[in-house]
Amino acid sequence: MDILQLFLETGFWVAMVRMATPLIFGTLGELICERAGVVNLGIEGIMAAGCMGGWMWVFLGGSLWGGIVFAACIGIAFGMLHSLFAVYLGLSQHVSGLGLTMLGSSLSAFVFRMLLPKATTPPKIVPFAPLDLPVLSHIPFLGEVVFSQTALTLLAFAMVIIVAYILFKTPLGLALRMVGENPMAVEAQGLSVLGLRTAAVCAGSAMMAVGGAFLTLSAFDAYYIGMVNGRGWICIALVVFSSWKPYKALLGCLLFAAFDAVQMRVQQQAGMAIPYQLYLALPYIFSIIALIIMSRKAAYPKALLIPFRKGER
Amino acid sequence: MPMIKPVLSLSNITKTFGRVLANDQVSLDLFPGEIVALLGENGAGKTTLMSILFGHYLADQGEILVRGKALAQGSPRAALSAGVGMVHQHFTLAGNMSVLDNVILGTEPLWGLKTRRRKACKKLEGLMKQFGLKVDPHAQVSALSVGEQQRVEILKVLYRDASILILDEPTAVLTPQEADHLFATLNQLVKGGLSIIFITHKMREVMAASHRCVVLRQGRVVHETPTRDTSPEDLARHMVGQEVEKKARQKLIPGNEVLSLKNISLSGTAGKTGLEHLDLDLRGSEILGIAGVSGNGQSLLADIICGMTLPDKGDILVHGSPMAGPSPGAMVRAGLGRVPDDRTSTGLIADMNLMENMASETYKKMPFSRFGLLNFKAMEKETATRVKHFDVRCPGLNTVVRNLSGGNMQKLILARELSGKPGIILANQPTWGLDVGATAYVHDRLLEAAQNGAGVILISEDLDELFLVADRIQVMSQGHLSPAMDIDDVDREALGLIMAGQGETHAH
Repeated sequence: MDILQLFLETGFWVAMVRMATPLIFGTLGELICERAGVVNLGIEGIMAAGCMGGWMWVFLGGSLWGGIVFAACIGIAFGMLHSLFAVYLGLSQHVSGLGLTMLGSSLSAFVFRMLLPKATTPPKIVPFAPLDLPVLSHIPFLGEVVFSQTALTLLAFAMVIIVAYILFKTPLGLALRMVGENPMAVEAQGLSVLGLRTAAVCAGSAMMAVGGAFLTLSAFDAYYIGMVNGRGWICIALVVFSSWKPYKALLGCLLFAAFDAVQMRVQQQAGMAIPYQLYLALPYIFSIIALIIMSRKAAYPKALLIPFRKGER
Repeated sequence: MPMIKPVLSLSNITKTFGRVLANDQVSLDLFPGEIVALLGENGAGKTTLMSILFGHYLADQGEILVRGKALAQGSPRAALSAGVGMVHQHFTLAGNMSVLDNVILGTEPLWGLKTRRRKACKKLEGLMKQFGLKVDPHAQVSALSVGEQQRVEILKVLYRDASILILDEPTAVLTPQEADHLFATLNQLVKGGLSIIFITHKMREVMAASHRCVVLRQGRVVHETPTRDTSPEDLARHMVGQEVEKKARQKLIPGNEVLSLKNISLSGTAGKTGLEHLDLDLRGSEILGIAGVSGNGQSLLADIICGMTLPDKGDILVHGSPMAGPSPGAMVRAGLGRVPDDRTSTGLIADMNLMENMASETYKKMPFSRFGLLNFKAMEKETATRVKHFDVRCPGLNTVVRNLSGGNMQKLILARELSGKPGIILANQPTWGLDVGATAYVHDRLLEAAQNGAGVILISEDLDELFLVADRIQVMSQGHLSPAMDIDDVDREALGLIMAGQGETHAH
């Protein structure tokens, strides 16, 4: 089969952008947390909780956008929990984050079972419809690949621009970056280190949860247990890949999604000759290689993982 | 000055940490346009007092008035908006960011839509011109020299239109020339309407730069006088509480070479200075001082001597024969005693007790172990003897080392390292953070070891210390080591020039 031909198909590019969308939300969310000096390993669980929460809202009769807002609120709640442990109490960010992942993943499975104890096939909802924008959606190629996705995908792209603007052009962004570099400098300038970090973790977690909700409300139309399937961990790797820069994060997400889309097509076409697990592993192998190349000179936020305790030198 | 009202007045400040009384009823007034030196030994309560003023700590008692108005305590923000700015001993700058970013942080409302960089830059450049503090606003802070970083800290304060400037040990990281430049700047600032308090324990600086000085001892104000009415000796007496005698150093006749470094080079890693072609010869019965502002390669040099880092090029000779494959263990076996600069991370195991720390280097040998098992009785006995001999004050041998004071930790390290009568001693900043008493104790022990025939390398930032104990001196600057000079042939200014030597041309 011909790999080159694949890249000529518009369908491939459409799939790539669709698959990149949850990663964009998740990666931006993690990026915000880490820029403020807090690693959030709860991402996998927060995405699961958002995934389940968004679906549940709609399943119980709420609107689609209501589901997105509800998912974001769940994310904020998890972010507050992480802030309590990792920011206010200064405990290990790893332990708190992994705990949140376990909590988020199993709680969403648990609530799903409580809600539908007997369901064998997951009930479907009506997800976001693809957009049909005047003019924009009818641009050749680009119209189909970008502007005929669902509104959430456009929101993800917009978020990249918004997050980049806030981080690098506003006083709030400067304070957030500074709190990840040297919290003492922030305190000495009269700002609240704990407040800034909490805000960053909550905002980041909300975005992660929205990324999860995209899966049930846009990419698919039902909830399956375990459907986040490691996307959260990929986001963490992508943050390193991006050197903590939003536009490079977008690039990384698209690149990973492209690997994933290639992998799916090739798997379908090549049939049984090679075990399919190998294809599944491909995007991860590629991302490891990309990580090695890109992150060798990555300048990580200097205060990452270091808890701030007032009055301690 | 009875008619003029103070711009800042601290009254009856008391602060305790646990059972330690850090500040005891301290009162201090700062008048407009004056420079006050706050003088005292380490641990006298200077930094605590200023941290209370700046809101890092809450005082148990007392009141702070800025221009007659009470200052809310425990809030750096309140201090800043009242016009009080502080330059900390450890700079509070983010290295990965530009000078401008560091300066404008927190000066604009957080929820503003856009940072007004151009306007901020203009204001900053105006301040630089007005006070002669030149730094490139767009340079990354990590690329600046320490002196320039300090200028950024001062600019941060000026940018906020502060009228009261507090500097905590501002010269600790500067070369003598940089320090003189700083004092000139301070004078200019005072002419521009500021009032300044600077904290120090160096008499020379008090005499050179202040109008008035206040001496703290054990948390209390013990002396207050206009600087022109006092002398360094007088101040020292008040600081220590008794007359400090200068010991006459008796010259020893140096013995054979015990340690030589020949043409040692080591390439630097990201942001750190490497070493270039170092030569060093240490003889028995002498103390060789290594001067220089820290961060110029001293820690790499210490690591190489300890066998922790291998040089890229060059040879290490111990007692004239080259070390094949130096490792920490091999160097200890070759008779090296090590007093590391970081007591709690590389000097001692902070969460283990005195006995375990005492045995940590020679636990495999008699008397600490027999037949591969630890002999706790022998450990206890030996530790008790050494602790007594070296006057380590501790509640008991089972005490976790973390609970000892800095001075007692250092004595414990000396007890461990010197009891084995090493032929080579490497002491890296051994008196850092110690009070005058403990410092003198460390000096006496090092001199005693030299008298007994050991060669001592003393790495120190403190020129006074080196002049006091060293026989010969070499200066480290930007990874280079100057040739050795006899201590009687050099003066402070000459050393300062070598220390600064390449330092200034390197800076942006």
